[in-house]
Amino acid sequence: MKHLITRTLTGALAGIATYLLPVGAMADVDIQEITTEAGFQAWLVEEPTIPFVSLELRFEGGASLDPEGKRGVTNLMVGLLEEGSGDLDARGFAEAQEALAASFGYDVSDDSISVSARFLTENQTEAMALLRESLINPRFDQDAIDRVRAQVISSIRSDATDPDTIARKAASAKLYGDHPYATMIDGTEDSVTALTRDDLIAAHKGTIAKDRIYIGAAGDITAEELSKLIDALLADLPETGLPLPQDVDITTTAGITVVPFDVPQSVALFGHRGIPRDDPDFFPAFVLNHAFGGGGFESRLMTEVREKRGLTYGIYSYILNKRHADLMMGRVASANDRIAEAIDVIKAEWAEVAENGISEEALEEAKTYLTGAYPLRFDSNAAIADIMVGMQFMGLTPEYITSRNDRVDAVTMDDIKRVAKRLLLTDELHFVVVGQPEGLESTPSQ
Amino acid sequence: MRRLATACVALVTWALPAHAQTIDDYVTTFTLDNGMDVVVIEDHRAPVVTNMVWYKAGSADEPPGSSGVAHFLEHLLFKGTETLAPGEFSKTVAANGGTDNAFTSYDYTGYYQRIAADRLELVMKMEADRMVKLQLDEADILTERDVIIEERNTRTENDPGALFGEQRNAALYLNHPYGTPIIGWRHEMETLNLQQALAYYEKFYAPNNAILIVAGDVLPEDVRALAEKYFGPIPANPELGDRVRPQEPPQTAERRLQFKDPRVAQPYVIRSYLAPERDPGAQEKAAALSLLSEVLGGGQTSVLSKKLQFDTQTAVYAGAFYRGLSYDDTSFGLIIVPSEGVTLQEAEDALDQAVAEFLEEGIDDEQLERIKFQLKAQQIYALDNIEGIARRYGSSLTAGLTVEDVQAWPDILQATTEEDILAAAREVFNRDASVTGWLMSDTEVTQ
Repeated sequence: MKHLITRTLTGALAGIATYLLPVGAMADVDIQEITTEAGFQAWLVEEPTIPFVSLELRFEGGASLDPEGKRGVTNLMVGLLEEGSGDLDARGFAEAQEALAASFGYDVSDDSISVSARFLTENQTEAMALLRESLINPRFDQDAIDRVRAQVISSIRSDATDPDTIARKAASAKLYGDHPYATMIDGTEDSVTALTRDDLIAAHKGTIAKDRIYIGAAGDITAEELSKLIDALLADLPETGLPLPQDVDITTTAGITVVPFDVPQSVALFGHRGIPRDDPDFFPAFVLNHAFGGGGFESRLMTEVREKRGLTYGIYSYILNKRHADLMMGRVASANDRIAEAIDVIKAEWAEVAENGISEEALEEAKTYLTGAYPLRFDSNAAIADIMVGMQFMGLTPEYITSRNDRVDAVTMDDIKRVAKRLLLTDELHFVVVGQPEGLESTPSQ
Repeated sequence: MRRLATACVALVTWALPAHAQTIDDYVTTFTLDNGMDVVVIEDHRAPVVTNMVWYKAGSADEPPGSSGVAHFLEHLLFKGTETLAPGEFSKTVAANGGTDNAFTSYDYTGYYQRIAADRLELVMKMEADRMVKLQLDEADILTERDVIIEERNTRTENDPGALFGEQRNAALYLNHPYGTPIIGWRHEMETLNLQQALAYYEKFYAPNNAILIVAGDVLPEDVRALAEKYFGPIPANPELGDRVRPQEPPQTAERRLQFKDPRVAQPYVIRSYLAPERDPGAQEKAAALSLLSEVLGGGQTSVLSKKLQFDTQTAVYAGAFYRGLSYDDTSFGLIIVPSEGVTLQEAEDALDQAVAEFLEEGIDDEQLERIKFQLKAQQIYALDNIEGIARRYGSSLTAGLTVEDVQAWPDILQATTEEDILAAAREVFNRDASVTGWLMSDTEVTQ
């Protein structure tokens, strides 16, 4: 984004700070930090060239706030936000949204509920009035509950025979113990069948509240307009919601868990505890993971498992920083008669890099990729709104955009050597394998 | 429904601002002397560029018996050339902060890089290099063949829905190669060889069979200079010939199939009808079918959703789909996922009844108006996703359409009437040219 004008602000706007942030010396992202009259904080990038706005809202907590015995309630509740509110039933709401050509997406994860809205400048007031109804006054009509519940149960059944979901389910149970993360957010057939309208109303009240909201907007709107819009949209939310969950310690032992399932290709998830986002070693770990298995064709895992041996179509590793747990994870899929070899290669690479790190050349390549790719992310209103909410959620400030590449560049070979031993823990590396893998058995035996 | 509509904003019709620029204002096109078409799409908001080369060759252009070779070759293009070592292409892109990938479909094979705008020359140079200077050896072939077989495992063998789709497609096309999966039949993939890959490469990879699309923070004159420098010297392939595939004979018998797999947890019914595609200078029928799929199956307010999910609880989902971008005859589809306790036969009957009622009742004016307004708004939202516009041009031009056809399409959609849509529906819903598939678990007799 280039050189946008920051306007002088009056009226409903209580405070504003503006940062003109050069990203890598290539582009500027002009983030305005807004405090509305009602006290909401929001970040805005004005982009007046296309007459629409992308608005992202995120509510911390998400499906992890499901009460005991009510697994799946937040997921079902979020699925019902667009199924009727205020004077409109489900189809009435959908018709109103279509007539405005606005799109509202409602999503839920372990850690948050997110709302992604896209609306035309010309009818933004009407679009936001409609969005407000869905957030503040959802109806939870019994026929809508029954209809969406049937869709959720259909999806739970399909997932039950999907090898990737089976692997996620088994890995989550193993990693997270009795934390809410340990089970799937959509619940089970039994738990979803038992949910009542009162459960949904309680979940709505407990998860969509003022004390846990993050806001980002990008597009054809001024700070003053956005400020008013946010207050009209959100001022009537409850002040507080349910208490947020506790952190969970991840403990694994080296080994393999086989989940037998009749598919020709085995799917494996693997990993162990990771490194927190605010750890001083996070950036070295981030750079190291990119070189090790970060998704590009050049990563070490891709080279060894796919390019040299043709054992898979895709393999990657990732640092997973959830709100209450940090992990180092990976995924691979190989034919049942080849997965054992793929796992041997992965274990050998894990040990090799833990011991010896990576080459100077691999480090430089990872750094040039990561620093070069960063500014390319800021290429649309939708992307910018999403990035800004993500940054706020992680507790970052707008200045992070300017310093982020410097932190990547500052990573040295010594950092990599030190962090490799923290990031890649051979003694804790556990594989969950779903399929009919030849020559693999669960170890240590359970 | 009607009661509610009067009480809310649904009745307001919005006029989009006259000053809004259209997508066309951002697009420049020209052709190089060797026949290579170039499309430039400008977006100066961020210093990013996407460089794409689309070949008018996909899986439907493969010789019989070598299914999957188009996609196999796509993978092999990341191996070496006379000047680039194996893997060096992607490595160079990544070292410059870019990402690259490729894709294959029935009618096209495409390659792209997304990178800082000032690195355009670097990637264009490498893309031109591999258009004609690929160097492959037997070792590349064997390892990469294992990779595409694992890709088939991931995409198809592990997913009963995908295996079902292959069988339905094969049944829909009696003669046209669209009946063969893009990734290939497994038994043919296992024997793909260097000679087959190179034969396909030498025939189809030429500037007169390719389209360069550059989208992002670039100026058309700069793109032209680079394109002339790197692609300009590559000679056209005079042997290319016309793009003619075996065509469908008259289809005179309905086909039905049942696909049973113990992994199926949620059974469903899909019916596909052979349907006309968007043709150059004649897109009206396809526009009517596009709108038909929206009216019947475009979300909560659609006819099938109303009749089968709301008025009755026959289905957990019901919808329609149509893909107008296709070089030869395409398909129009209907799907119903039955509710608990509803058999596949009952679901199929309910679907047929809903369509029959729709043909009697006609189209709700307000629904059609909303759909058309949303299509207009899409023209604005599309400007936020310049790569989406690039893909639209690529898939259109490789489907035999012209730039004029692409630019005329939004107006043709707006001009389509209720009568056009109903006429197109009556024509396309011909059971003799259809395949009805039931996806079911083999452990259940009834549901």
